[in-house]
Amino acid sequence: MTRTSSSDAPVVAGAPAPAAARPSRLRSAGRLLAGRVVSAVVVLWGAATVAFFAQQLLPGDRATVILNIRTGRAQRRTPEELEPIIAQFGLDRSVLQQYLDFLRGLVVGDFGTSYQQFRPVTAILGEQLAATVTLSLVAIAISWVLMVVWVTLTAGRGPRVGAVGSGVDVVAAGLPHYWLGIILLLVFALGLRWFPVMGGTGPAGIVLPALTLAIPLAGFMAQATRTEFERALEQPFVVSARMRGMGDTAVRLRHVLRHAVLPAVTLSGWALGATLSGAVVVESIFSRPGIGSVLVTAVNSQDLPVVVGVVTLVAVVYVVANLAVDIAYTLIDPRVRLS
Amino acid sequence: MTALRPARSPSRPSRRRAPWSLAPAAALVGFLGIALVAPQVLATHDPFALDYAAALQPPSLAHWFGTDESGRDLYSRVVFGTRESLAIGLGAAAVGLAGAIVLGALAALGPRPVAAAVDRLLEVLFAFPALLLALLLIAIAGPSALTQILAVGVGTAPGYARMVRGQILAAKNSGYVQAAVALGHTRWRILRAHVLPNALRPLVAVFALSVGQSIVWASSLSFLGLGVAPPSPEWGALLDAGRTYIVQAGWLVVIPGLVIVALALTATTLGRHLQAGLERGEK
Repeated sequence: MTRTSSSDAPVVAGAPAPAAARPSRLRSAGRLLAGRVVSAVVVLWGAATVAFFAQQLLPGDRATVILNIRTGRAQRRTPEELEPIIAQFGLDRSVLQQYLDFLRGLVVGDFGTSYQQFRPVTAILGEQLAATVTLSLVAIAISWVLMVVWVTLTAGRGPRVGAVGSGVDVVAAGLPHYWLGIILLLVFALGLRWFPVMGGTGPAGIVLPALTLAIPLAGFMAQATRTEFERALEQPFVVSARMRGMGDTAVRLRHVLRHAVLPAVTLSGWALGATLSGAVVVESIFSRPGIGSVLVTAVNSQDLPVVVGVVTLVAVVYVVANLAVDIAYTLIDPRVRLS
Repeated sequence: MTALRPARSPSRPSRRRAPWSLAPAAALVGFLGIALVAPQVLATHDPFALDYAAALQPPSLAHWFGTDESGRDLYSRVVFGTRESLAIGLGAAAVGLAGAIVLGALAALGPRPVAAAVDRLLEVLFAFPALLLALLLIAIAGPSALTQILAVGVGTAPGYARMVRGQILAAKNSGYVQAAVALGHTRWRILRAHVLPNALRPLVAVFALSVGQSIVWASSLSFLGLGVAPPSPEWGALLDAGRTYIVQAGWLVVIPGLVIVALALTATTLGRHLQAGLERGEK
């Protein structure tokens, strides 16, 4: 959720790219993107392999384990009881065969069958995905608004305001989701009764969960944006805009902000992954449906196909989002080379 | 950050007064230190004594943090929970940092194919939400304090490993290492005498930062019911137990959460201060 390292700041080429011919720049960008896609596929294959062998690590006979997870009991099973399980999960085949089947399933979008619910994992996730993705996107949108307003108001206004501004950034970025969520729940749902206590899927029910995800994210992005904002305020184009008689607010909104938000654009791909994992906690607090609550239930009952399905799904979303950000970034600012 | 301020006494630049913001941090560390060694000194009640007549009382003079559903004194439970909470936080930070050193060193110093593979792996894992890695581990091993330590450690290691890798590479390419190579020192001696000390010194500060983060992560897992189970006064378990009574007794969740947030902020403040001190020392 929060990382203290600042090494995920974008790599901005200090000097403009040398005056290379346009086609060759496009070609090298294309080659780099192709490289990224290949490494993304390798990464997903690696994640899937780890996930598959993780399932083999469950102690005991797998058919017995699956049946016990399903019924919620721990007992010895007769061969007659185990037979349908072995047939359904293909446990009579060699591990290599199972592994290949598993990979083939992933390629066509089949994550296997839940141990607990005996339904395809994709069906379970498909029902819940929309709620979580909506929550993530609303949270990212809110965090952008909060971050832009807060930074524009407090950055570059002298040491005192700056100290308060960045202090709030640090505290906000460090707030654990569970605690923030509970405070919001206590104050706005139980105290003031502005919002429903049990989330629900209506528009009123999404406000508090989304805020819970958005506030730490806004604090985190504000740290990166603030540095960039203060640097941009000292650029020559700001001086020239001021000399043209432009007011302070207009300079901030029209010139400085555009430069300052670039690092936050880079972070947005990461933010999608972060909010998806933050949703695990938030959905639990607000009793919202979604893949987060599916994941917690699955971890509790050791329903590994579901856990693996969620992890793989988030990995895919994450990889795709970051590729999109990389592409968007080179389009926004051609000086930025793909690193 | 303080480069513009002239040093008051140039002869002893390191003897600067600690900033005022460290005072509350130091006070909390002192308090937790006592709670760690001798919790009975600080506690006002027996943390496990049941008293159903005094159940779910709000904070008062008799019960500073209120009481839980069985009438146990929350303040005393928080004090007695310090040991386990800190043990999990320190353990996870140690696991994470040890993993980070091994992976970071491999990525920076290993033979080329190994280094490239580890580097790639780190890039991916760094980006991947740590909570999901932790949950995957717990799904396999089942919830317990030990799993919690391992899960949080594994979740946080990749980020720090990238930092270690960067530090080692910077030291490896520095002038003093080139000088040592030119002097004909052996590879092992250069590594031990120059590269590792310089690359690993910043990790002291990182460890402080990491303890705070690890406690927050670990308590998130407990909060989800995937860590230490409720009868224990571990802070995350207090949160988990208090959730049931959030409507009647909000303090059961708010106060343990506040303690965790305070500790995390303290660790961050101390870590940053240490970091700044180390950077000043290097100049």
